[in-house]
Amino acid sequence: MVARQDFPYLLEALIRRGCQLMGPTLRRGDLVYGPLHGVEDLPRGWRDWQAPGSFRLQPREDQALFGYGVGQHSWKSFLFPPRQLLWQARRTRGGFEFMPREEDHPRYAFIGVHPCDLTAIQVQDKVFLEGAYVDPTYGQRRLGAFIVAVNCGHACGTGFCASMGAGPRAAPGFDLALTEVVSPNGPHYFLVEAGTEEGGAVLGEIPHRPAAPEEWQAAEDRIKQAENQMGRFVQTRGLKELLYRNYEHPRWDDVASRCLTCGNCTWVCPTCFCHTMEDVTDLTGEIAQRWRRLDVCFSVNYSYLHGGSVRVSPRSRYRQWLTHKLATWVDQFGCFGCVGCGRCITWCPVGIDLTEEVRAIGESENP
Amino acid sequence: MKTGDRGPETGNMEMSLDALIHPAAAQPMAPRQFLVQNVRRETPDTFTLTLARPNPEEGLIFAPGQFNMLYAFGVGEAPISISGDPDRPHLLVHTIREVGNVTRALCHQKPGRAIGVRGPFGAFWPVAEAQGNDVLVVAGGLGLAPLRPAIYYLLSRRAAYGSVEIIYGARTPQDLLYRRELERWRGRFDLRVHVTVDAAPSDWKTNVGVVTALLPRARLDPFHTVAFLCGPGVMMRFTVRELLNLGLKEDRIFVSLERHMKCGLGMCGHCQLGPVFVCKDGPVFRYDRVKDWLDRREV
Ligand SMILES: Cc1cc2nc3c(=O)[nH]c(=O)nc-3n(C[C@H](O)[C@H](O)[C@H](O)COP(=O)(O)OP(=O)(O)OC[C@H]3O[C@@H](n4cnc5c(N)ncnc54)[C@H](O)[C@@H]3O)c2cc1C
Ligand code: SF4
Ligand code: SF4
Ligand code: FES
Repeated sequence: MVARQDFPYLLEALIRRGCQLMGPTLRRGDLVYGPLHGVEDLPRGWRDWQAPGSFRLQPREDQALFGYGVGQHSWKSFLFPPRQLLWQARRTRGGFEFMPREEDHPRYAFIGVHPCDLTAIQVQDKVFLEGAYVDPTYGQRRLGAFIVAVNCGHACGTGFCASMGAGPRAAPGFDLALTEVVSPNGPHYFLVEAGTEEGGAVLGEIPHRPAAPEEWQAAEDRIKQAENQMGRFVQTRGLKELLYRNYEHPRWDDVASRCLTCGNCTWVCPTCFCHTMEDVTDLTGEIAQRWRRLDVCFSVNYSYLHGGSVRVSPRSRYRQWLTHKLATWVDQFGCFGCVGCGRCITWCPVGIDLTEEVRAIGESENP
Repeated sequence: MKTGDRGPETGNMEMSLDALIHPAAAQPMAPRQFLVQNVRRETPDTFTLTLARPNPEEGLIFAPGQFNMLYAFGVGEAPISISGDPDRPHLLVHTIREVGNVTRALCHQKPGRAIGVRGPFGAFWPVAEAQGNDVLVVAGGLGLAPLRPAIYYLLSRRAAYGSVEIIYGARTPQDLLYRRELERWRGRFDLRVHVTVDAAPSDWKTNVGVVTALLPRARLDPFHTVAFLCGPGVMMRFTVRELLNLGLKEDRIFVSLERHMKCGLGMCGHCQLGPVFVCKDGPVFRYDRVKDWLDRREV
């Protein structure tokens, strides 16, 4: 157990180890992951309110440091930057030569990683680290990262992490996991669990004591409460097969009539990894660069081929996205591409809810 | 992190660029340079580039059916099949049709210039497994390019196979690739070559019509034949249908597919076809493994 007043020592211990702290901060009324200089940067006393198509921050009754759910940002922007210079080269007489580029691989400490987001990082590991090729930037950043997870004390308004096996309790993969216990006038402390040797070493550097049984219980009750609050559910058993059977389901036309194909759902999703390449030159044409940029399967260009794109209709593009998350991903990587964080539901301008779409398809088979 | 398995190399100063790669820009993201040795015009809009590694010892070992990502300086990168002889890996051969910015820049390279190469990528024609069988090669248009390495492979181990037949179709006689080579192959006694075009002037002596019309002419023993197909989608669909009618089993038919590709590494997502990534699981697939997905529209 770590008392609230000792919490700053955790951040100090990580800074001493050379970590660059990244965590939730409030910026212009939004929850943004960015550099943390100290406890005072955390969104103390705020919580999220989420529903399809809306997100609000509201004051809490207590002074919780991690009393918010997930916002529109996720940790993927640090491990897999949305725009990244892969290399640059200068034209030479016969060809070209590579030029060094500045690339720093900061050693990040992520403070306040929700269980769903921890799972999402592990999902992206399979894409960037566990295939035949390794993405060096992702690899360097990922292997250096120190992860402080927080178990959830309330369910996000649009989340369904419990269905996806991703929350509200952090699965292994963290260095430290916190459960925050707080109430308006009661005690304020963290139950801390070390998941790695390094996590244990960091814990050893900060004041802590074994938790009393009732302190454990209070922490467990909070996680249980989050689980019970969860308003959404996806039946994952047989889900891949259900979707594979229903590529021509009329529900795809129905959702296509609502979907704007704006791609917001992919920008906010912590597992979406699709990217494109941009080759550019300077004005003289002597220096060329290759950039990697996040891409969106909702654009028509995404499936561009000689003679026209493969997926022209909005129906096929929404279907590509949803079936990738919940079906083809399983064959590709051995897990779902969705951790149930609910971001795509909250940040969809028209409030499309993938759990609803899946349910409609499922119910049409078993009315 | 390892910076790739190819260490720095020697060679003339200007070209020893792998050594200059900044460690973090390592393979597999950064192209290696090859020098254009020769550019040959195949058809009005299609060119065959022969590339050589600045350091001749280090070729590019590949298997028939694989592709490279070719980079034209400052313009961009495109996936292009390797169309040369797998037994001569010191020469890298690509046949490219000019359809847009990157392919135009690649086709207009002059000998002596360098282009970037990443690869080889992808799954290949099962030429080794096909030993002891008859082999039927069906190509449409540019589809002959990724099949030519397989043909070279079969011909240089000709005794290991039963009969070998090639059926090749193009739009017009001007669109036929590798014409001199086709003539040479046609002259061989151990190879049957059928060529057809969709439309031809009156002096065209051979077949006019689609490739599927020539299939019945192939002397096909369905139980001992392996078929390799590459061409436009429609052509492959009809050819598969016809082969199945002729009694060939689905697991004896191999197709090479095309999708938009940006990375070749299984990371960018663009080349997905349902559960497969065409860049790493393909581009060559056993037909029964992808048929459910080929039949679906807009997948
Ligand atoms: C595995 C594979 C092997 C290929 N082998 C060959 C080959 O041997 N010879 C050859 O000439 N072409 C081959 N292609 C097609 C070639 O990659 C495209 O023609 C090329 O990328 C077009 O790029 P561009 O910049 O010149 O054209 P753009 O200006 O980008 O577009 C021109 C046309 O090409 C299509 N296109 C654009 N990008 C791609 C892409 N990444 N993949 C496929 N089509 C695209 C567009 O739909 C458009 O119609 C292959 C494609 C794949 C996937
Ligand atoms: S698909 Fe939606 S709910 Fe699932 S991980 Fe992505 S953003 Fe979260
Ligand atoms: S589902 Fe919603 S967020 Fe996603 S593309 Fe459609 S309208 Fe945009
Ligand atoms: S080309 Fe990028 S995943 Fe296949």
